[in-house]
Amino acid sequence: MTEQTMTDQIVVERVSTETTNHTGAFPAFVNRESFIELNARARAQKLMDSGSWRELVDPFERIESPWLPEQGIAPQSDDGCVVLKGKIAGKPAVVIALDGGFQAGSMGEVSGAKMTAALDLAARDSEAGKKTAAVLLLETGGVRLQEANLGLAAIAEVISSMLFLRQHAPIITVIAGTVGCFGGMSLVAGLSSYIVMTREARLGLNGAEVIEQESGIEEFDSSDRSLIWAINGGEQRVAMGVADQLVVDDAEQIAATVRKFVEAGLPRVHRSQQVDLYRERIAALDTSRQIDPHSLREQWRDTKKTGGGR
Amino acid sequence: MSAQAGLRGRTWFKALTDSDSAMTGDPGSVLTSDAALGNETARFLCVVPNPQARFPCARRGEVGLEEAYTLARLIREAIDQDAHGNKRPIIAIVDVKSQAYGRREETAAIFLAAAASADAYATARMKGHPVITLIAGQAISGGFLTHGYQANRILAFDDAGVVIHAMHKEAAARITLRSVSDLDRLGHEIVPMSYDIHDYAKLGLLHKLIHVENPDLPSPNSVAQVRQELIAAVVDARGGSNDLSSHFTSEGARQMRLAGLAARTRMEKQWATA
Repeated sequence: MTEQTMTDQIVVERVSTETTNHTGAFPAFVNRESFIELNARARAQKLMDSGSWRELVDPFERIESPWLPEQGIAPQSDDGCVVLKGKIAGKPAVVIALDGGFQAGSMGEVSGAKMTAALDLAARDSEAGKKTAAVLLLETGGVRLQEANLGLAAIAEVISSMLFLRQHAPIITVIAGTVGCFGGMSLVAGLSSYIVMTREARLGLNGAEVIEQESGIEEFDSSDRSLIWAINGGEQRVAMGVADQLVVDDAEQIAATVRKFVEAGLPRVHRSQQVDLYRERIAALDTSRQIDPHSLREQWRDTKKTGGGR
Repeated sequence: MSAQAGLRGRTWFKALTDSDSAMTGDPGSVLTSDAALGNETARFLCVVPNPQARFPCARRGEVGLEEAYTLARLIREAIDQDAHGNKRPIIAIVDVKSQAYGRREETAAIFLAAAASADAYATARMKGHPVITLIAGQAISGGFLTHGYQANRILAFDDAGVVIHAMHKEAAARITLRSVSDLDRLGHEIVPMSYDIHDYAKLGLLHKLIHVENPDLPSPNSVAQVRQELIAAVVDARGGSNDLSSHFTSEGARQMRLAGLAARTRMEKQWATA
């Protein structure tokens, strides 16, 4: 059984429990706490062991973007990046949450520096024997174009710091929605040890609007919402094996999934290291026409032929 | 931007390696060669336009799925071959207009391909290979993140044809609801937004700007000069750390990244007591 089919089964079981497991007259989803509706700070807090965490470089430090006010844009006192240090499942961990509500979660000089510094410190502790997992809550459109080159550099720096940490401790990316994870930050997701997504989340390098703008409406009609979800949606990304687990929008379930991956530790191999597997998969694609997302699930599920998930 | 992305890349790849072709089995868009650099051999890599590419949105010098996974494979091959010996320098010659903007790419998870290439470059650096990037033309957005930005040292030509940016100007203008002339004006006021290589150089991310007479048509002297600069950068990289800390410790960073450095310092201080 592959990872993908296991995930499918878990989802099916969950759905069937939900329909029968009523609390009084209400179906389960009524009692569920939405994760998506929480802001970045509340999301991050939800994932850590209660009472174990402290926020670092919090809004009262007021380290803000110096570039936005020069362009008539109000900065935010945490620059849209929340860093909590504490424990998850009793183990040392850092949670870094991007605030999709501020400049679409985009990476600027300060938010990038906070993320890179936290990853570097987790790597330093891990190397010294105190393995510190990182959880990234990515709601982001990528580079903050108002800080353009410092945003792009920040992403390159985050990538580098992740790879140092990833030698010692797992990095778990959670994309809950509704902004999704795009642009250069999609590489950050791709370098994670595990990716957790909801059905409301999207993951991709180029958003549909950008593709339509650059390559024309024949290439991608960005008004076709169902096409976007079929390609970038969490269900598809998990089913095609490029993300690890699909979760419902339930804060407790997402926290439990994060705990599970923190406890699992490092995967045998990171997906971004499976170069030969994906190179063969890309070589096998028929590029004479658009690729049907559903057929791709089937093709990439054929693990006997392609050498397996991981 | 210019439809000519990749021409300079090919020109300089050819000038520095005496070769001009992809390896058998690789897509025509990824040039690679193990060529002499000083008294050792370096692996040179370059992404060039390939009008025959299987993927229609990756024919004009964009970095697409095949390019990213091919770069990753070629870099990992060098890492494996050098596991117990001299870590050969990896030289990325960069002239890429962007990542590939296509539906096929998005469907087949180009984000993972880009991540795999960045992973390979960074892994080579972490294992002790000097990774040197030479920006000969454009280095834009996801194209640059995939091919070149993980280098220990970045060199660029001091030339108006060199553009390093998060997004090409026309697209950035549309997305931020500004005119191209607004962007030009803002670029002069706000350094990280500038499309001018001299402004980029102020950010402290470049190891060196190299002035050559005509980057489009390099003379033997210019080639010899660039070769010397690459050799010097390799020596410098070997003497430095294997991370990207030079981004933060440079003179430029100390001037231009005050807020980021302040955030970093505070984080380090609070981390110790949290």
